[in-house]
Amino acid sequence: MSTAREEILDRIRRAQTDSAATVSVHEAPAPETLDTQPMLELFVENLVDYRAVVHQVGAGEVAGKVDEILRNHDCRSVVISPDLPDDVRPGELDPTVDDGLSAYDLDKLDAVVTTSAVGIARTGTIVLDHTDGQARRALSLVPDVHVCVIRADQVVTSVPQATAVLRPSVEQGRPLTWISGPSATSDIELNRVEGVHGPRNLEVILVR
Amino acid sequence: MSNPNPLGTTTATFVGMPKFPTMAKDALANTRQRRNLLHATHTIRAKRAAVVDEVPEWQDLRRNGADTKDEVLANLEQYLVQLEQKLTEQGATVHWARDAEEANRIVLDLVKAQGVDEVVKVKSMATQEIELNEALEAAGIHAWETDLAELIVQLGDDRSSHILVPAIHRGRAEIREIFRTRMGQVGRPAPDNMTDEPRELAEAARLHLREKFLRAKVAISGANFAVADTGTLVVLESEGNGRMCLTLPETLISVVGIEKVLPKWEDLGTFMQLLPRSSTGERMNPYTTMWTGPAADDGPQNVHVVLVDNGRTHVLADPVGRQALRCIRCSACLNVCPVYERAGGHAYGSVYPGPIGAVLTPQLRGTSSAIDQSLPYASSLCGACYEVCPVRIDIPTLLVKLRTQVVDEHRDGRPSVEARAMKAAAWMFSDSSHLTKAQKAATLGSKLLGKRTALGAIPGPAAAWSGARDVPVPPKETFRQWWDRTNGGNE
Repeated sequence: MSTAREEILDRIRRAQTDSAATVSVHEAPAPETLDTQPMLELFVENLVDYRAVVHQVGAGEVAGKVDEILRNHDCRSVVISPDLPDDVRPGELDPTVDDGLSAYDLDKLDAVVTTSAVGIARTGTIVLDHTDGQARRALSLVPDVHVCVIRADQVVTSVPQATAVLRPSVEQGRPLTWISGPSATSDIELNRVEGVHGPRNLEVILVR
Repeated sequence: MSNPNPLGTTTATFVGMPKFPTMAKDALANTRQRRNLLHATHTIRAKRAAVVDEVPEWQDLRRNGADTKDEVLANLEQYLVQLEQKLTEQGATVHWARDAEEANRIVLDLVKAQGVDEVVKVKSMATQEIELNEALEAAGIHAWETDLAELIVQLGDDRSSHILVPAIHRGRAEIREIFRTRMGQVGRPAPDNMTDEPRELAEAARLHLREKFLRAKVAISGANFAVADTGTLVVLESEGNGRMCLTLPETLISVVGIEKVLPKWEDLGTFMQLLPRSSTGERMNPYTTMWTGPAADDGPQNVHVVLVDNGRTHVLADPVGRQALRCIRCSACLNVCPVYERAGGHAYGSVYPGPIGAVLTPQLRGTSSAIDQSLPYASSLCGACYEVCPVRIDIPTLLVKLRTQVVDEHRDGRPSVEARAMKAAAWMFSDSSHLTKAQKAATLGSKLLGKRTALGAIPGPAAAWSGARDVPVPPKETFRQWWDRTNGGNE
């Protein structure tokens, strides 16, 4: 009685008796690369198109903008990762610092502030690899307002450039979350409705 | 072993299902479903076309995607072994399942080991194919679907009719009714004042499922891709239910077809462009989760991957049919198919409806049952599916090939009506005098029919064909007769 593994691999070998083992692969097209200014404009345009709110600020204005966003959403509580940089940290609310909070704990909190790993202009996507200020995955998922800070130098033009940047994170076993706007569904008569299970509000602060 | 590449098992739901034309005829009579389908397929078709047009290098991406999948299939053993090794290095446990029954048993044992009586599920075609939910329920474990459409289907004791939007056949009023009557029986009831506004329906689902997400100990998912050189699994979604399931529970079990493997991490650079644009017609889907075994202090620490054959090696053994395994389940072919648009997904008698289902299902399950024999004919061979397929599966060619197989299997018995008709047609077209005779007979018949332009259902051997189609009345005069009468149009 062979194991399932051996049997499946054996079936594959038999199935391929006629096949040439070499397939010449048509190379992936070179990714589009835009200059910084048009690239950032495209990034913002695509984020907004998928219902994210975008704020563009200078390096010293981030924390103030974070406070303003939390005020606008009437947030009473906000959660952050212990290693969120000070210049991104909310000042008006006393933030809850994550020390392994349960899902139930997180469900009681209004908002979360994170940094990010990379942005993709062509798709309006932000990728988190959950290191440093980006917090555990659950933090940017359960609260209803996600304030996400990204530096202009973290934005690339297209998807293949992002995967190239992210390889080291993956090799270290880091999970990735790709975010393009707030959660959405089109399951009811194909009407797009924003805000299902993930945060209903994605507020992006682009630091230029 | 007599059969080195056994077929996938036909699951209980689809055993003895009537053939496609019978099912389609019922579906065609359902005017509400036809309206929903027409609206949905045309909406999503237009969205897809718009976002694909934004990418000038689209055709190059398609070629790269198709070749990458072919390369995987040509070296599948090597990539699966590499995937297993990387997953294991990263702390995940890999299981292998020859068929649906074995896969279900593995998952059930893993769930039981956690001592729970419920699991949350991410939408997964593979788990539908093996009917995992039914297997879990039979063992007393509730499997809660968390995708909005899957929830609608599950609460309505219904079956999915589309790969991407399983409840595409349901309208908002029906969904409201399902939520009002069923939600309270399995958890938090729908709000009393809920209208049929999609926003309110989505909100009801959010509240209903939130309590299930927060308490879940075990989640079950599929995967869109499994990257061999890093051991990374990828799930694309829109609603955040996937993130909830992949992040909050302690145990995560992913059921993955062996054809889902990609050689290297960089291949996602192509596929993360092809899939969202082809599937939902978006530049990018709202959420994608990628995980490489259990992550330190983040998400499930007990991570399992079940690699499933269930007929895939049987498809692999056919050098032409093999390309159906390139499929990344985007559903673009369903949305452009004139047959699917009218008949809907249930008529296909499988979890894989539409053009891809018509080629994949008979290869996975064989062409022994009535439904699987009829599937290769569920197409007008118009070729739209091939044009939109992000991995260039030549579905029309595969359909013709499968039709040949079905005909060949019937060669020994009494010739079918169709075979006799084809014989007659061959005689008719073999000589111009034969054709003239046949046309004369037809136009004579037409004169007897007076002013009618179409016939309804006609009796006799053509009844099956004419039952759902209008048969045009033969012309009063053939072209040749007209030519002779008018001296080539000069009179």
